[in-house]
Amino acid sequence: MKIVVNEQEHNVSATTLAALIDELGYGGARVATALNGDFVPVTHRKDALLKDGVKIEIVAPMQGG
Amino acid sequence: MAKQFYGVELSSPLMLGTAQYPSPEILSEAVTAAQPGVVTVSLRRESAGERAGQAFWSLIRKLGVPVLPNTAGCHTVKEAVTTAHMAREVFGTDWIKLEVIGELDTLQPDVFGLVEAARILSEDGFKVFPYTTEDLVVAEKLLGAGCEVLMPWGAPIGSGKGLNNLFGLRAMRAHFADVPLVVDAGIGVPSHAAQALELGYDAVLINTAVAKAGDPALMAQAFKFAVKAGVLAREADPMEERDMAVPSTPLIGKAMLA
Repeated sequence: MKIVVNEQEHNVSATTLAALIDELGYGGARVATALNGDFVPVTHRKDALLKDGVKIEIVAPMQGG
Repeated sequence: MAKQFYGVELSSPLMLGTAQYPSPEILSEAVTAAQPGVVTVSLRRESAGERAGQAFWSLIRKLGVPVLPNTAGCHTVKEAVTTAHMAREVFGTDWIKLEVIGELDTLQPDVFGLVEAARILSEDGFKVFPYTTEDLVVAEKLLGAGCEVLMPWGAPIGSGKGLNNLFGLRAMRAHFADVPLVVDAGIGVPSHAAQALELGYDAVLINTAVAKAGDPALMAQAFKFAVKAGVLAREADPMEERDMAVPSTPLIGKAMLA
């Protein structure tokens, strides 16, 4: 399935957001996620189903003012 | 007595941003020198390979200073609200410095979107620190939306111009005597920070002034002393300004030599 993660195309086998996090190598990292612009809490990732063309955002702590 | 921010008394009225430092080591040195009450942090896209965010988070954890996440760079209510939710999960705090930017040249807040986002987030349990202007009507609406802190700008973000509208900031302080107020943005040198605290502001938020100084750690130390001086001066009740000179040396007993 082709999806877009942080504006980059990926071909993945994961069918849920939780599986995607593991497949892309974010396992154990402190990250937050959004699916098509909507926040998906960590507890809901296993129920968040991926479809062809979905847009995922994965963010982490960064310097800020 | 120092005002509390959502029930929390900060260890210092200095809030320090963590962006734009030459290196993580210099950021650490600056935070250690400034001894801020909070540090501000943000969220950005994470690459699974680099994991830059994980390294930054472990550095902040080591510094042991409470964090205030921001929604910097957000231009719409939806973006800001979604970012706030992500920040709450990642940083484990319901404090959020809410920025909804409305204009690119000045990075002036979109105060209409700000009030709307503040209401949504306050109703969802967030403790909102809104980055706003000195407009009293907007301030009143932010309080009505659930904010218990206001953060008016001193000058545009990163400009270093100091307190651009002294009249407006004084009016805000007088009008909202019991509300914790923070001058956020525009402070360029320690004297600007001292001035904000002398006016009765409860804290100042500084980033570029420290990060872009030639020696950030030394400048951080200067700000630490400046906020202390400002607080003491406020407590000491400054003299009234006068338009004309009044001699400070007593004239009684002066020798008649003319």
